[in-house]
Amino acid sequence: MTDTISESTVIAERDANEKYHGLTHAEIDSLGAELDALRLRTIADLGEPDAAYLRKVVKAQRSFEVAGRALFYLPPAWPLAVASLSVSKILDNMEIGHNVMHGQYDWMGDPAFNSRQFDWDTMAPAENWKYGHNYMHHTYTNIVGKDRDVGYGILRMDEDQKWRPYYLGNPVYAFLLMVFFEWGVMLHDLETEEVFAGRRKMFGGENAPVWRRIRKKVSKQVLKDYVLFPALTGPFFLSTLAGNFVANIIRNIWTFNIIFCGHFPAGVATFTEEETENETRGQWYLRQMLGSANITGSKLMHVMSGNLSHQIEHHLFPDLPARRYPELAVEVQEICERYGLPYNKGSLPKQLFSVFRKIVRLSFPGGTSKAAPVRGTQAVTDDSLAA
Amino acid sequence: MSALISEPAALPTRPVSARLAAPLGPLLRSRLVGALASPHGVDRYLERFHPMWAAHDVRARIVSIHRETEGDAPVATLTLQPTSTWRGHRAGQHVLVGVEIPGVAKRYTRAFSISSAASGKGESFTLTIRAHDEGQVSSYLVRAAEAGQVIHLSQAQGEFTLVESPATPTISRSLFITGGSGITPAMSMIRTLLRDGYQRNGVAHAGRKVTFLHFARSAEDQIFAAELAAIAEADNGIDVHLRYGDQVFSEFELRRLVPDYKETDTWLCGPPGLVELVKAAYGDSTRLRMEFFKPVVARAARPGEEIEGDVAFTRSGKTVAASGASLLEQAEELGLKPEFGCRMGICFSCTRTKTAGTVRNILTGEESAVPDEEVRICVTAAAGDCHIDL
Repeated sequence: MTDTISESTVIAERDANEKYHGLTHAEIDSLGAELDALRLRTIADLGEPDAAYLRKVVKAQRSFEVAGRALFYLPPAWPLAVASLSVSKILDNMEIGHNVMHGQYDWMGDPAFNSRQFDWDTMAPAENWKYGHNYMHHTYTNIVGKDRDVGYGILRMDEDQKWRPYYLGNPVYAFLLMVFFEWGVMLHDLETEEVFAGRRKMFGGENAPVWRRIRKKVSKQVLKDYVLFPALTGPFFLSTLAGNFVANIIRNIWTFNIIFCGHFPAGVATFTEEETENETRGQWYLRQMLGSANITGSKLMHVMSGNLSHQIEHHLFPDLPARRYPELAVEVQEICERYGLPYNKGSLPKQLFSVFRKIVRLSFPGGTSKAAPVRGTQAVTDDSLAA
Repeated sequence: MSALISEPAALPTRPVSARLAAPLGPLLRSRLVGALASPHGVDRYLERFHPMWAAHDVRARIVSIHRETEGDAPVATLTLQPTSTWRGHRAGQHVLVGVEIPGVAKRYTRAFSISSAASGKGESFTLTIRAHDEGQVSSYLVRAAEAGQVIHLSQAQGEFTLVESPATPTISRSLFITGGSGITPAMSMIRTLLRDGYQRNGVAHAGRKVTFLHFARSAEDQIFAAELAAIAEADNGIDVHLRYGDQVFSEFELRRLVPDYKETDTWLCGPPGLVELVKAAYGDSTRLRMEFFKPVVARAARPGEEIEGDVAFTRSGKTVAASGASLLEQAEELGLKPEFGCRMGICFSCTRTKTAGTVRNILTGEESAVPDEEVRICVTAAAGDCHIDL
């Protein structure tokens, strides 16, 4: 796989016995065909229940939001107000915003749920985020050096990232990123690691429109949460301000944890740029499966995570309505079993602990033991990592 | 008779909720409320309370549905009570109507001409719609919609209005040439002229000479038949000429009715065949105004059949023969540089509007001829003539 022969030769003369992450090319092609069929079947079935579900979640989110804002007028109800506003922001960002901006509901033709028009209740402007997330992260998932979400340019989350003394602070950076996650996501689109590498200007060039959108969005968010709503509650200005701040932090912590469980638990595979060049559709599917991990839990947990607890299904079918992921998961898991592929899932505490351990371990030189072996053979170890 | 004619004028009424909402409007549209409701906008909250409450969006309740003609392609007039956000319309304008078709849970949006006289802010108005077999929205509105239902609207739009050429004396004649359901904008104009003209012996007069030449398939298919007969009969300055079936437009007949037609302000709205004939008769005269409908596009090739047709990138004015390659690749062949991302249909960076024509989704093989549809051009190919807003 990682020989020096040119990519076109690899494609033209794929060896029937050659394996890529444990599967032959014929197996990968048929895996891709099965997943394509699953996708088509779901698209054909989209309709009233999907639209009704989204409207129900939006209705709940708006109700929590209005209730949260109103409860700040009642100082003893402060914890309730914060809880209500936190739930509103989590629903807005996860089950509604993230999914709507993926184009999952564009088929409804409703401008309120159109991926090109929707914006969410967080600092990152929709336009910036969609480029970095929908395009960069979902296309180049877990390709070290190309997927900017591997470590977000500040953390060492993969042993293929070269260790520097800077990474001794890995756990501290991760903690700060967790608490101020919405600011981190907003800054992420400036691609500062590219700026430091001298390939991008900090303020001019490609970053000029990114900054313009950030200024506009951030001033709106700050004005709303830290000036206007506190001012509207008159004498309770400070308690409302504090409440809004805490609600934003709670949302930050929750979303950070869900998102870090999506790609960083032990056993999740990463890929090199070389092995993913001229990738087939089947190989892309395989990379999405091996590069993601699910969180098991209650229905409420799935809703509050925007069904990103089904990260594997989300990465296979990013533009299908997320409420379909639980039913798709049953079939995807069955497919994985048949092809002898790992299907990485675990409870929230288990996945979180695994991520935590990786953050701490990778702050030191060296690495973790890489992905769990596939099919119990030599498969994984001798291809992807040889490079 | 006069009752018939004054009917549209009697329409403007505003429900209590709209009158109550009026003073709140400026507050709801204020920057303060906008900032509080950011990023979703105040309408996303108002709609939770009542479907007719809006600060920016326009919606309307269907007050009544009246069948004008029956047959294969029946016509109905819908009386609509818009939200207080409706800014009114000038005679001849159209409006985009969005309806959620039950079952599929999709909202389809189409343009329809307004048939009632010019309306003011928040005032009710009528749409007169023919149910086409392929038209999901027109079929639904004529055959299935019910009074009480709320539909989505745009503000009135279009420049096909009663504006006269400069230096035209008001005593000059106005000429309307219409065909089929193209009568609706002209009807709005005639009704406006009669309403805003003057009363003579208790009869509304248009205040100018008007010639109205209309072509319909048959007398049974004639929309507004009774009202047109009443207009023709009254002494109101309007001459009505109705032509049915084989009586197609001829320049000879037009010259007989209006000898100096090339110097007469003329409003034309009808099917492509009629438009071509009238355009030829007017040559390079600047007096002819037209309402354009969607361009007619060729039928899509069936799977396996060779694709025939042209892809028109309307914004850049470039056209290329459909090759079966993705619209993104076809645009790039022409040197265009549309935005794109994954090039595999997952990131939605390349989404563009297909204004008309048939396309095929490369991933699913599904074909679609819906106008004004958003498509991901990296996984969409032309399946016949099509127009892309790019």
